[in-house]
Amino acid sequence: MGIQILLHLTVMLVLAPLLFGIIGKTKALFAGRWGAPLFQPYYDIIKFFKKGNVYSTTTTWIFQVAPLVYLATILVSSLLIPFGGLKAPVYFWGDFILFIYISGLSRYFIIIGALDTGSSFEGMGASREATFSCLAEIVLALDFIILAILSKQLILSEMVGGTILSSWPLFGPVLLLVGLSYFLVLLVESARIPIDDPTTHLELTMIHEVMFLDHSGWDLACVSYASMMKFFVLGSLFVNILIPFHNLSAILQTVVFGVGMIGLAIIVGIVESCIARLRLNRIPELIIGAFVLALVGLLIILIKGV
Amino acid sequence: MPGRILKMHNCQARLLADIPEMSFTEFRDMSINQIQKGARVVSFFGCLDENKSIRLMMILAYDKQGYLTAFSTIVKDAYDSLTLQIPQVNRFEREIFEQWGVCPKGHPWLKPIRPQQTLNNNLDNFPGKENIPLVSDFFKIKGEEIHEVAVGPVHAGIIEPGHFRFQCHGEEVFHLEISLGYQHRGIEKALINGPDKRTIHYMETAAGDTTIGHALAYCQAIEGLADCAVPLRASALRAVMLELERLANHTGDLGALANDVGYLPTAAYCGRLRGDFLNLTAFICGNRFGRNMLRPGGVRFDLTDSMINEAKQRLIKTFEDVSNAVSLLWDSSLVADRFDDTGSLSQKTALDLGLVGISARACGIEQDIRFDFPTGIFKFSQIPISTHSSGDVFARAFVRWLEIQRSVKFILDQLNKLPEGEIMAAVPLLKPKNIAVSLVEGWRGEICHVVITDINGNIRQYKIVDPSFHNWLGLAIALRGEEISDFPICNKSFSLSYCGHDL
Repeated sequence: MGIQILLHLTVMLVLAPLLFGIIGKTKALFAGRWGAPLFQPYYDIIKFFKKGNVYSTTTTWIFQVAPLVYLATILVSSLLIPFGGLKAPVYFWGDFILFIYISGLSRYFIIIGALDTGSSFEGMGASREATFSCLAEIVLALDFIILAILSKQLILSEMVGGTILSSWPLFGPVLLLVGLSYFLVLLVESARIPIDDPTTHLELTMIHEVMFLDHSGWDLACVSYASMMKFFVLGSLFVNILIPFHNLSAILQTVVFGVGMIGLAIIVGIVESCIARLRLNRIPELIIGAFVLALVGLLIILIKGV
Repeated sequence: MPGRILKMHNCQARLLADIPEMSFTEFRDMSINQIQKGARVVSFFGCLDENKSIRLMMILAYDKQGYLTAFSTIVKDAYDSLTLQIPQVNRFEREIFEQWGVCPKGHPWLKPIRPQQTLNNNLDNFPGKENIPLVSDFFKIKGEEIHEVAVGPVHAGIIEPGHFRFQCHGEEVFHLEISLGYQHRGIEKALINGPDKRTIHYMETAAGDTTIGHALAYCQAIEGLADCAVPLRASALRAVMLELERLANHTGDLGALANDVGYLPTAAYCGRLRGDFLNLTAFICGNRFGRNMLRPGGVRFDLTDSMINEAKQRLIKTFEDVSNAVSLLWDSSLVADRFDDTGSLSQKTALDLGLVGISARACGIEQDIRFDFPTGIFKFSQIPISTHSSGDVFARAFVRWLEIQRSVKFILDQLNKLPEGEIMAAVPLLKPKNIAVSLVEGWRGEICHVVITDINGNIRQYKIVDPSFHNWLGLAIALRGEEISDFPICNKSFSLSYCGHDL
C-alpha cells in the first residue's frame, strides 16, 4: 500500500501543473497568441521554491501553517480517488464524507490564514470564498448522495468506479445532471471563469487569488501547487463520473483517463475563452442552479427507484 | 446684468481689461444665475492682478448657444464658498485654496488635491506647502459592520498612482474617496513667461495619452492670441490626428473593459488593434502618440497622395477588425449583465457635477466641443454628437463605439478631400494683456486651456483643465451603492487620467 500511495501522489505531483499549462495554452490560442510555454506552471513553482519567504509582522503562526495544511489536505484527499488504471490506495466505508470534510478543513485553514494578515483585500477574499464554497459544498454532497444511491456504495472510489458503468444505460440523464452540476462545483472550487478570474490583477474582484497575496517563496509555491492539484483531484472525479471506462484493461483505462483529463482542461480553457465573469452577487444563483440540477437528478432516482 | 459679462468664442483673444470685475456678492449671484440658465463651469481659477490682489476668474460655457462668458471678482484671503450652490466648482475651489492661499469659507471638504507650490509669490505660508497626499484625513463612516478598504497608490496593474479609500458594508460601497496628486510636476508654473522651447513638450506630456488633445488646445490658444490663421490643410490634418487618438484610446478602453470582466475575445483583439491605430499615427508623424506633430501655426508633417491611400486602407482594415471584436462584446449576455446598471449616474447628477466628455454623453447630455464650439476643420465638417441615456458602464462603452464609427467616417472624409496648400503659417507675437480660452474635445472630453498674456506678450498665467479634473468626482459618486468588485469596470469605463489631473 505504501508504494501505491507513493505512485498515486507522484502521478498527481507530476501531472497536475500540466493541466494548467493546457488551459493557458488553449486560452492563448483562442486569443490569437502563442502564449506561455506548456510547462510554464512547472517553471513558476520551481521559481517560487527558489525564493525566500517574507512574513508580515502582523501575521502569526497560523499564516505560516495554512499553506502546509492546504497542501496536505489536497494530498490526502487525492488518495481517495482512482486515477485511471491506478486504484484509489485508501478506501473505507463512508470515506466520501471524509472527502467533503477534508476539503472543508483545507478551506478553513486558507481562510483563517488570509484573515490572519489583517489585510482588507484578504478579508474580502476570505469572506467571498467562505460564502461561495459553503453553497458549493451542498451541491457536492448532493451529487455524492446520488452516486451513492446509484452504486449502492458508500466508498468514494466505488461510487465513481465500476458500477457507474451499469448505471449509464438506465440512468444516463441523471448522471448527465450530476456531471453538469459537478462541473459547476468544479469551476467554483478551482476558482475559474465565470466565477473567478485566475489571470486578473484586480485585487478587488478576486476570490481565491486574493487570499494568497501576502504569501511568498515556499508558501506561495505550496498554495499554487496545491491549487493545481485540487483541480487535478476534482477533475479526476469528473472524468470518472462522465467517462465510463472501468471495464477496460489497466493501461487502456489510464489512457482514457489521461485523454479525459486533457479534454477537461481544454474544455475549461474554452469556457474561459468564450464567456465573461459573473457579477459577484450572481454567483450564488449559479450555484443554486447547480443545486437544482442535482436535485432533479435525485428526484428522478427517488421516483423511478434504482 | 448679462451686459456686464464678457461674451467670447472658443480661441478668441479678448483684452483682459474687458473682463468685468464685480463685487463678490454680484459675482456669486451671477454664477448661480448663469448655472441655473444652463451654463457650465469650464474653468474657475485665481490670478494675480496688477496691483497684487487676487482675482478669481469664472469661465462659463453655454453649449447650446456656442459661446463662453467670463467675469471676475477681487478677493482677499477668504470668500464664501460657492461649492454648496454650484457643486461643480468643488475641486476648483480647493485648487484656488492651495495655489493662492485664498480660503473658500464653508467649503464642505476643503482638502488638498495636489502637493503643489503656490503661484502667489507674496505668500510665505500657503496651504499647498505641506500638502502631502495621504497624510490628510479621509471621510470615514463609523460602525461595527463598516470596513475600510485602501487601494493604491501602488497598483497591481501598470497604471498611474492614485489612492482610493472605500467605506464598505460587506460588498457594498457606501463611500469612495479618491486622493490624487502623486504625479504633480508643476506644469502650470513652468509655463509662466513662455512660450519657449519647452512649452510644447510640457503640453504634449500633460497627459501622455492625450498628446494631440492638449497640444491642439495649446496651439489654438496661441494662434488665437497671435491672430494667426492656420492653413486649411493643417487644420484637416490636426483633426485627423485628434480622431486617430480618439480611435486608439476608445479601442483600447473597450478591450480593457472586456478584460476586466474576464471576456477574453474582445480583450485580446482590442489590445492589438489599439496598437494598429497608434501605428497609423506613427505612420503620419513618426510617433505613436502623435508627439511633434502639432506646432502653433500648423503641423509639421504632410501626407503625400500615396501615403493618404495607404492610411485609408489601413484605417478601413483596422476598423473592420475592431467592428468584429466589439460586436462580440455586445453579443455576450454575460457581458451585458456586467455592464448594464453598473456604476449608473443620473443626468441630473452628471449636470450638477459638471461632467464632460464621454461620461456626460453617456448620461444623455448632448455636449461635444467639436459640435458646440467648433474650431479649425470642424467648422466645415461636423461630427454628430454620440449619446446614450442610461448613464451606466454600458452607456459609456457604447458611446465609445458610436464615436469610433463616426471618427473613422470623419477621417476617411477628410483624407478623401484633403485641402491643398501649406501646412504651416508664421505665428506673429502674442497680443499683450489678452486672454484666450481654448476648448478641444479630446478623447476623454473637454480640454480647456486658458492663457493670459502679460504686457510683453509673454504668458502671464496658464490654466489647464483636463477632463479628468471634472470627472473624478463622477466616478466616486457612481460607485455609491455599487459592489466593490465592480470598481475596476466602473473605473475603466470613466478611464480618467491621473497625470492630467495632477499636472
